[in-house]
Amino acid sequence: MTTCADADPASVWSQLEPLLPRVQKPARYIGCEDGAVSPERHNKQINWLLTYPDTYEIGLPNQGLQILYEILNERLDASAERSYAPWTDLEVLLRREGLPLFSVDTHRKAGDFDVIAFNLSAELTYTNLLNCINLAGVAVRSNQRRDADPLIGVGGHCTYNPEPIADFVDFVVLGDGEEVVGEITELLFDWKAAGKNSGTRSGLLRCMSQIAGVYVPSMYEVAYNGPHIAEITPRYSDVPEIIEKRTVADLAEWPYPKRQLVPLTEVVHDRLSVEVFRGCTRGCRFCQAGMITRPVRERPAEQVRAMISEGLDRTGYDEVALTSLSTADFSGIEQVIADTITDNDRISVALPSLRVDAFTVGMAAQIQRARRTGLTFAPEAGTWRMRQVVNKLISDEDLYGAVESAYSQGWRRMKLYFLTGLPTETDDDTLGIARLARNCVEIGRTYRRSPSVTVSVGGFVPKPFTPFQWFGQNTAAELKRKIQLLRNDLRRAPGVRVKWHDPAATLVEGIASRGDRRLAPVIEYVWKHSGTFQEWSECFNHDLWIEAMEVNGCDVDWYVHRHRKPEETLPWAHLSAGLHKDFLWQDWRDALDELGLEDCRWTPCYDCGACTGYSIEHRVASATPPAGGSQGTGVDLYGAVPVNLQSRPQVRVGL
Amino acid sequence: MRRLRIEFNKRGKVRFVSHRDVVRIWERTLRRAGVRVAYSEGFSPRPRLSFGFALPTGYESDAEYLDVRLEPDGLHGPNDISALPMLLSQQLPVGMAVSEVAVIDPSAPSLQQAVTSCTWRIEVACVNAETVVAAVQRTLSVGELIVTRTRKGEQITEDIRPLLRSLEVDATVAMPSSDGSNRVCVPMIAELGTQPRAVRVPELMAALDPSVCEHHVHRTHQWINTDNGLRADPMPLSATAEAK
Repeated sequence: MTTCADADPASVWSQLEPLLPRVQKPARYIGCEDGAVSPERHNKQINWLLTYPDTYEIGLPNQGLQILYEILNERLDASAERSYAPWTDLEVLLRREGLPLFSVDTHRKAGDFDVIAFNLSAELTYTNLLNCINLAGVAVRSNQRRDADPLIGVGGHCTYNPEPIADFVDFVVLGDGEEVVGEITELLFDWKAAGKNSGTRSGLLRCMSQIAGVYVPSMYEVAYNGPHIAEITPRYSDVPEIIEKRTVADLAEWPYPKRQLVPLTEVVHDRLSVEVFRGCTRGCRFCQAGMITRPVRERPAEQVRAMISEGLDRTGYDEVALTSLSTADFSGIEQVIADTITDNDRISVALPSLRVDAFTVGMAAQIQRARRTGLTFAPEAGTWRMRQVVNKLISDEDLYGAVESAYSQGWRRMKLYFLTGLPTETDDDTLGIARLARNCVEIGRTYRRSPSVTVSVGGFVPKPFTPFQWFGQNTAAELKRKIQLLRNDLRRAPGVRVKWHDPAATLVEGIASRGDRRLAPVIEYVWKHSGTFQEWSECFNHDLWIEAMEVNGCDVDWYVHRHRKPEETLPWAHLSAGLHKDFLWQDWRDALDELGLEDCRWTPCYDCGACTGYSIEHRVASATPPAGGSQGTGVDLYGAVPVNLQSRPQVRVGL
Repeated sequence: MRRLRIEFNKRGKVRFVSHRDVVRIWERTLRRAGVRVAYSEGFSPRPRLSFGFALPTGYESDAEYLDVRLEPDGLHGPNDISALPMLLSQQLPVGMAVSEVAVIDPSAPSLQQAVTSCTWRIEVACVNAETVVAAVQRTLSVGELIVTRTRKGEQITEDIRPLLRSLEVDATVAMPSSDGSNRVCVPMIAELGTQPRAVRVPELMAALDPSVCEHHVHRTHQWINTDNGLRADPMPLSATAEAK
């Protein structure tokens, strides 16, 4: 059932339509995607508006949102529609005409839904969150909402520290959403059936806080001791002290999205996506995604194959991305690829996260027969020493092998992704990036006349629930200096281009990444001064953020550049991704000692807490690591570099 | 290599989808329908589709065309062709449908070369119908119609009167405008030439009278002038027309 009918009297389409010829890319507001549904409604069911607080092009491909969209629409007691942040041109017109945020499915007003649930994937979208809530006609602060107002919920990776936005949301979901959305729906069902009576909202939220994985910020009191957090305590005895994330134990039970949305207008990642596994235990210490999504849960190869072939037939896409945090590690990867491309030689397979070794490149050559784009590798750091610190255990030889293999198989350009501002980084480490890039071009010269390597450098932002959560982020000035160092060094390096992420944006991400509830007025200030779409370089306003921090008495240095002490109560101390604090602290000490840690998928468990705490385990089809390179397993298959590995004694935090 | 010409329409919400996106929709639609499209050679092979004059975003149409070159095994007998309009329409988004499919000569000129004019139904928003009628009469009575446009950064002026093949207005069916203003909507039919370049509807509107503006635009026909002074639409008089 498609959605282009406008019989719904609650639709704002007739008012919206005359505005669309006046805005850029109007197709992002019409819906009509293949796979969109026009939910059957009855007045008792719980209506969710799943909202991505950035543009349609960025938000539509989000798989988490699409998965929940299908799961909710399969339920008899729920319906789900979608919404995205209107670009600034339409926002001006909506406000002028007095029109609210709307769903793209049936163009109903956002305020008519029972729940508005946002996916938060990046800190810089926080001001858009406020703007969308406001455009929905709902008070931005949760304590000013009326009983009948929609509940404002958030999920996604940013919610592992939702404290900066705690005052704006009614509830937060930690971890996988597949199961918990149903539990929330069931709880809301009775409340709605009883008429959402006055005075019942806080009672409802209190009940909600007892659903595993659901965090209700208003049920917790944060006490401060000077600038530090003294303690975070539940307001009621039946509210849990620690909120544990949700983890879906077996991906095979959740073959979603079954009907991936096919947009009519071009979006990022405009292709079929099939998630081959969730979680990653490579153990890169800077990587929040790898830490918070443990353990590894592979989808059975047979199901992957079925999702690919049915998905391609249904959508008409000629490209399928096999998604995960490190797809070459999927046990069945070679066979799945072989099966996919024998079916149709016009189909391309994309591996968005390519491992750095020759073996993987050989695989890439096989899958990009139809359309060959550039190759991207992420060595992350310029020297072996630095890569041991961050536990990205790939040797220089791994990289050179991968690059040589790529040039020999016809690739012309390569992109290398690095972080700068990592713990213990010296100028020699930074310049190591330049050395690697130069050597890669040199390797390319034996195969092509003018090989090209793009070096992309991002500033490191320490994230909650990683071993680097205690580390003081580099200042913007220091990041700029390092980028300049690199640029100067590569000025006369033919074939090497340097790109970098704006250090000012890295700074603002750092504010929100490890911030606390006292940042609420800062975010509100930036939003009120038109600071939306901060992810977009043309909209990003560094000075406004600094002004907002000053006006509200928040010290940038204290929030961003300060090293945290082990005894400090971190703003997310009441939340848990399963990881033991001891484990994270020990891993942080090991990092400083340049000690690597093996991938526990293929080696004995070191008890990080992600499995043991929840009585779940890895689900992998193969108990041995895949072939080729050193693979980050700590086993140096080339014998060129000695890898220091630590067999881990139990060390208590603070010792 | 077989070449198909497809006639389709675009109405309702999908009119806000750009031409570039329509190209992508067609690539997916043909794959979904199992039509084996030929690909270009080279480093980055593309499906061999070619469209006529791009329909501006926001306009509706009953007369869109595209040519598709097929792989040798792309389709089999004539029965396949007659089933195509239904098959393709099922795979297109709501608001787009195929009205006709025909096999054409592989060496025939492209749509861009062949089409000589388009007919547009333009709902004009204005203060009153008389203004439009007067503007149309004035425009038709003058020998030239000068427009100024920017090309490669330079202002050029040009007479589009020879490309204005016909212009009619029906003031008897003026309707209140749906944009909430107290203006009225008057339907106007214009045939605008496409060679050596396609005159755009906003250019005509600007030349008519600055106080009138296009409200809703619908392409009703694309025409190919024939040697005997007649004109025809781009579909050959065969194929599915007979199959129907």
